Amino acid sequence: MTSVNAQTTLQAPAQGRSTGFGWFAVLFLIAAQVTAIVISPPDRDMGDLQKIMYVHFPVALNTFTCFFVVLLFSVRFLWQRREQDDLLAASAAEVGTIMTGLTLALGMLWGRPAWGVWWVWDPRLTSTLVLFLIFAGYLALREFVEDPERRGVWSAAVGILGALNVPIVYMSVRWWRTLHQVQSSPSTVDPSYVIGIRLNLTAVLLLTIFLIWRRYEAALTERAAEHVLQTAALGGANA
Amino acid sequence: MTAPMTPPETGAPRKRSLVLPITAVVVLVGAFGWLIWGGLDKNVVFFLTPNELLAKGTGGMNVPVRLGGQVKPGTVKWDDKTLDLRFDVVDTNGTGMIHVKSKGAPPQMFRDGMGVVVEGRFGADSLFQSSQLMVKHSNEYRAPKAGEKPQEMYKSLMKGSGQ
Repeated sequence: MTSVNAQTTLQAPAQGRSTGFGWFAVLFLIAAQVTAIVISPPDRDMGDLQKIMYVHFPVALNTFTCFFVVLLFSVRFLWQRREQDDLLAASAAEVGTIMTGLTLALGMLWGRPAWGVWWVWDPRLTSTLVLFLIFAGYLALREFVEDPERRGVWSAAVGILGALNVPIVYMSVRWWRTLHQVQSSPSTVDPSYVIGIRLNLTAVLLLTIFLIWRRYEAALTERAAEHVLQTAALGGANA
Repeated sequence: MTAPMTPPETGAPRKRSLVLPITAVVVLVGAFGWLIWGGLDKNVVFFLTPNELLAKGTGGMNVPVRLGGQVKPGTVKWDDKTLDLRFDVVDTNGTGMIHVKSKGAPPQMFRDGMGVVVEGRFGADSLFQSSQLMVKHSNEYRAPKAGEKPQEMYKSLMKGSGQ
């Protein structure tokens, strides 16, 4: 009986590779927020309440980035069974779940003054909540399954299913009647707001990449340590 | 390439069962598909337009319902003593008018021509008693024109109400 397959033994990554990029992302985000708030006038309808848009919308859109990463690496995991793919998908799912929660929270803070209600069971809000719950379930599932391979397969199945919900969330405002408005575009938004939105979309994308990257490094380090322990427990004769 | 990531702890290699995950995915994808293309668009409607509610006749009366449409310009009446708010809701093409009565100050963005969704009951007296008034914002974000102050509609509506 062989010990842990050398090909699949995980190496801990060099620490701190993402740190520089992380600082860049955070500083970019601060600059983008300040710029957006300074250059944009209060909205004709909602005054300065409009400023929530510079966080709510970029965060909401980048949850889709996270779940696209989940989809991609879940499929590749099922195909090639590399543990790294599972860990990367899980990292993106974790970041995506937090950002979906943030989207919901910011949306509620915006909805109360603008619509008059904190929450309403319209298709956009409901499908976003479903997306959040699926990935909260995904993260819970990972805690319950010990065997890394079974954990990977089950997670990938739930991850792919959850990612399939993304186009439903995106299209919900067009497919069904909702209280939430349909997507804005540069033709429905004055140029003084568009610049701020574009800057913050970029900033949150950078931050998303950093968070997934950093979480992936941590996951790799953790699993590499477990591999070492496992090898030792199995005798470590081949080491 | 498809070797197990970790060896089984004892004896023969464990069989990799994909039956459960695949079944789960097929069932759930099917359910989603049904929701999108089959069920939801027919059965789940977040709100009825005035014309749709009127078309229901007595069947649409005295049952909890959501009504969505536009505030007909010039119909908003605010009583600052009783806090009664009255306005008419019409379809986006201007037809199918329903009188709505609501209590209390509306959300800031409420004004003539704005999209609204009201929860409540359509009475036999042809008056919609609203228990919850929600304002539907469009996807437009515009800077105020020269000399225009944002949120002025709200203040003018509340003038004399003691606020």
